[in-house]
Amino acid sequence: MTKVSMTVNGRPMSGEVEGRTLLVSFLRDQQGLTGTHVGCDTSQCGACVVHVDGKAVKSCTMLALEAEGAEVATIEGQAAPDGTLNAIQAAFQEHHGLQCGFCTPGMVMSAAALLKENPKPSEGEIRHYLEGNLCRCTGYHNIVKAIMAASGQDVTSIAAE
Amino acid sequence: MYEFEFARPETVADALQALGEEDAQALGGGQTLIPTLKQRLAMPTTLVSLGGIAEIKGVCQTDDGKLAIGGGTTHADVAAGASAYPALAALAGQIGDPAVRNRGTIGGSLANNDPAACYPAAALASGATIVTNAREIAADDYFQGMFTTALEEGEIITEVRFPVPEAANYQKFLQPASRFAMVGVFVAKFADGVRVAVTGASEEGVFRWTEAEAALSANFSADAITGLSVAEDGMIGDIHGTKAYRAHLVGVMTKRAVTAAG
Repeated sequence: MTKVSMTVNGRPMSGEVEGRTLLVSFLRDQQGLTGTHVGCDTSQCGACVVHVDGKAVKSCTMLALEAEGAEVATIEGQAAPDGTLNAIQAAFQEHHGLQCGFCTPGMVMSAAALLKENPKPSEGEIRHYLEGNLCRCTGYHNIVKAIMAASGQDVTSIAAE
Repeated sequence: MYEFEFARPETVADALQALGEEDAQALGGGQTLIPTLKQRLAMPTTLVSLGGIAEIKGVCQTDDGKLAIGGGTTHADVAAGASAYPALAALAGQIGDPAVRNRGTIGGSLANNDPAACYPAAALASGATIVTNAREIAADDYFQGMFTTALEEGEIITEVRFPVPEAANYQKFLQPASRFAMVGVFVAKFADGVRVAVTGASEEGVFRWTEAEAALSANFSADAITGLSVAEDGMIGDIHGTKAYRAHLVGVMTKRAVTAAG
């Protein structure tokens, strides 16, 4: 076992892990941050997306020891300490951007990464960026709508399909 | 995953030392190796992460006008930083998905030499040089068949040097589930001729389509390769596409690449 330390949602966290411990296992099983989900465990579905040093990564395909010293952000750190949802979360609620909700943590974290590098993405750019995030309820339409809304753009142009 | 020891050296020298251990294995971004380990298809005793080695990251131009990319540079950083070679930047920006591109590295991709990976096509079509801790290997000598390269055990790709062509384009026919190339064609036009490299299609991995290269060197237009075809024999045939389909796609994607390159 090796000691690993990182900052998660602004708080220092550390634990003893094996070489093979995945970042998502460290977050969920050791730190109790179960908001990050494991969907496919094969880096296809994106339910496990978190940010490492500001970049979206699939935490099921990164070893915990690779995040030594890193700044990690998960879904738990997205709302304000008093529980007020951030703009993306609020827009997901407002536009019904979730059905069963399983993919939502990854969707929100991917959306946050997208809006950081492209504050006003087009509908096409949003859909392209979400290539690695799967929604088994196929609720993509409202997810795209929510991200448009969160970026301060008009969503009426997105016609129902 | 089987258990393994984990090392995260900060220099190439320390990485080489760690890789000298029996059954040690280098870890790039892990976007192929970690899934492989999960399936217990590999059993290293020590996994040596190259992710902490700053000296093998980044993109720069060499004095003789080539684009040099550190082996540990992620696809996302190549997409953002290789503006001197737009076709290469575009290729990097189409690999996997954004989260995969933030982890996967050019050195890892080239060392693995997946028969459907994108970078081998760019390296071979560009006539790139694969630089390791020990030597420089021409792309023509580097790729030696599916998942096989000229790399020796424990050798690390420190840099890849790309000559920048006058015109180039990569066309990828996406396998939509894996986002690897079902067939991908990279066309690069240099002053002294055209090079065409095909990925995703052959059981032997990436290859140069020399017949098309000769035709395109004489006349750089999509019409020049009308009537040319690659043999079905030796193409990959699977549930996603037959040998004949992939052979056909090689011609189609080459024409599209030539047209897009202008």
